[in-house]
Amino acid sequence: MSQQLLIYFVVGGSFLLYIGLAIYSKANSTSDFYVAGKHVSPVANGMATAADWMSAASFISMAGLIAFLGYDGSVYLMGWTGGYVILALLLAPYLRKFGKYTVPEFIGDRYDSQIARTVAVICLIVISFTYVAGQMRGVGIVFARFLNVDVTIGLLTGMGVVFVYAVFGGMKGITYTQVAQYCVMIFAYTLPAIFITFQVTNIPIPQLGFGSELADGSGYLLNRLDQVVTELGFASYTDGSKSMVDVFFITMALMIGTAGLPHVIVRFFTVPRVRDARVSAGYALLFIAILYTTAPAVGSLARWNLTATIQTGDVGVPTANLQYEERPEWFKTWEETGLITFDDKNQDGRIQYYNDANEEFVAVADSYGWEGNELTIDRDILVLANPEIAGLPDWVVAFIAAGAIAAALSTAAGLLLVISAAVSHDLVKSVFNRNMSDRNELIVGRICAAVAICLAGYLGFDLPAFVAEVVAFAFGIAAASLFPVILLGIFSVRVNGIGAICGMLAGLVFTTLYINAFKGMLFSPMFENIPENWLFGISPEGIGVLGALLNFAVTLVVSYCTKAPRQEVVDLVYHLRTPRVAQSEVSHG
Amino acid sequence: MKHRQYWIANLRLVGILLSIWFLVSFGCGILFVDVLNQIQIGGFKLGFWFAQQGSIVVFVVLIFVYAVLANRLDRTHDVDENE
Repeated sequence: MSQQLLIYFVVGGSFLLYIGLAIYSKANSTSDFYVAGKHVSPVANGMATAADWMSAASFISMAGLIAFLGYDGSVYLMGWTGGYVILALLLAPYLRKFGKYTVPEFIGDRYDSQIARTVAVICLIVISFTYVAGQMRGVGIVFARFLNVDVTIGLLTGMGVVFVYAVFGGMKGITYTQVAQYCVMIFAYTLPAIFITFQVTNIPIPQLGFGSELADGSGYLLNRLDQVVTELGFASYTDGSKSMVDVFFITMALMIGTAGLPHVIVRFFTVPRVRDARVSAGYALLFIAILYTTAPAVGSLARWNLTATIQTGDVGVPTANLQYEERPEWFKTWEETGLITFDDKNQDGRIQYYNDANEEFVAVADSYGWEGNELTIDRDILVLANPEIAGLPDWVVAFIAAGAIAAALSTAAGLLLVISAAVSHDLVKSVFNRNMSDRNELIVGRICAAVAICLAGYLGFDLPAFVAEVVAFAFGIAAASLFPVILLGIFSVRVNGIGAICGMLAGLVFTTLYINAFKGMLFSPMFENIPENWLFGISPEGIGVLGALLNFAVTLVVSYCTKAPRQEVVDLVYHLRTPRVAQSEVSHG
Repeated sequence: MKHRQYWIANLRLVGILLSIWFLVSFGCGILFVDVLNQIQIGGFKLGFWFAQQGSIVVFVVLIFVYAVLANRLDRTHDVDENE
């Protein structure tokens, strides 16, 4: 069977599986549609959360990003996992005890304010739409790359599949499809990683392999990597080049952003009990950690493979650079896609790959007769080319394609569902028609999901150029708007509605303006995006932390200057804090 | 009164676990990374290992430890879900 046919077969089969699961677990009530009837087991919820969380970016781009960033890539590894500790210890059990359907609903009830609920809906929609547009684009690109179809057709196919299972299955449907998608993803990710690690280090476990000696006995992988990349003028792999302040703030922003993302929080509404919410967060992070501890191994091995392929001997010796004519097969394959390009600047027929932005090293390179870096590599191919570099059979490539599509679809479906739930439950029902029947609300929910899919598809199709920047924006807003008021709503009985509204708006406005001032999305950038211009040396990626602190401060100050919440609200907070009311207190009435 | 005791015990548990969370990630992985990088275990510089592996492993363990201890706390304060 040809590789192309095999890919069609595996990807098509995975689609049938997802749709079949969705039909099998069709939503029959709003409870099914919003929170899967609260019947999901903690392990299944953990897997679904992991699939929900790990997007096309995690699957395709993260290892490549780490390969080129080295130590600096740790911000993503710690930032996108550490948030689950905050979520599990500070939010999930209490929100599960609350026991309703959406994040804005919690904010509305806790702060006793329809306005607070509406502001929360706005924050949620901004966060989720920025995210989902990127996912839909990802689906289109993966289709285009693996199936040789137009990006638009790929996008429409992806929309169609999500449409079927999100609209009909609701939360219940996507939960069980996400479990299947997790299995596809993790298999597709770890298998090539194991083979590559074994080839380079003779150790079959990636997490250990990248701390081991190279199979050729020339020393430890990371030490050799540090040595070679610094000789080529790059930053040392294990040290990185970002400032400590910035690394600290970006990591923190990603962590609290994670804990404030509505599509992640809502997953913990779907389990039966408070204790299930606690342990389910553990399973979720365990399943995420399997990929997140493999990624840095893949990153360092890929960087080593790439560097060692091109720089075959000591830096500066003319014959130590690979002759272009002798380049390996995978190099040719990806050259055809334009993701690797070679430009023989000094006309010696050999490939020179080095850091020509490093002025000190350029002088050294000149003395070697090098006239500039000759190789441009799209970082995404480091994961995509892995099976070919490792010489794995065609069906592994087919699984990588299915895994990448699964990663994008699962995240898109989760995001679309929180958007539709917020619109149907928190806007249409609570603002316009309080007496709507469950049946009608379910119909409205489905319509909202359908509209959201079309809108997301449109945004993904017509993606404005700034979208790569927008990821930072989604995390920044989640960290600065929703996280602080949810946390204070549980841990303080004194904060009130007016405080929360001022706090959310302060965090939202500050973070939006700061990111815009440097990155320019709503208006053109006002300052150059360089460390000298940043407030306290914090880059736009890390500014969500300051936004969150501002939100905390404003919420507390305004709340303490205005009147305390009603007794009913205080009772609600006490109700959230205990899984069950103690017997001795029940008798008091 | 009972609620208050339970809540203080809960805050203490969460506080201790979050201190560990902060220590391994922001402490070992970022603030003290240069000092820890002086130590090499196998092929890993220790600070780098905490930043790319160790912290994630500790995060997973922390959540499971929390789940077990919080469930135990519920039982000792008679607020566990018994259905």
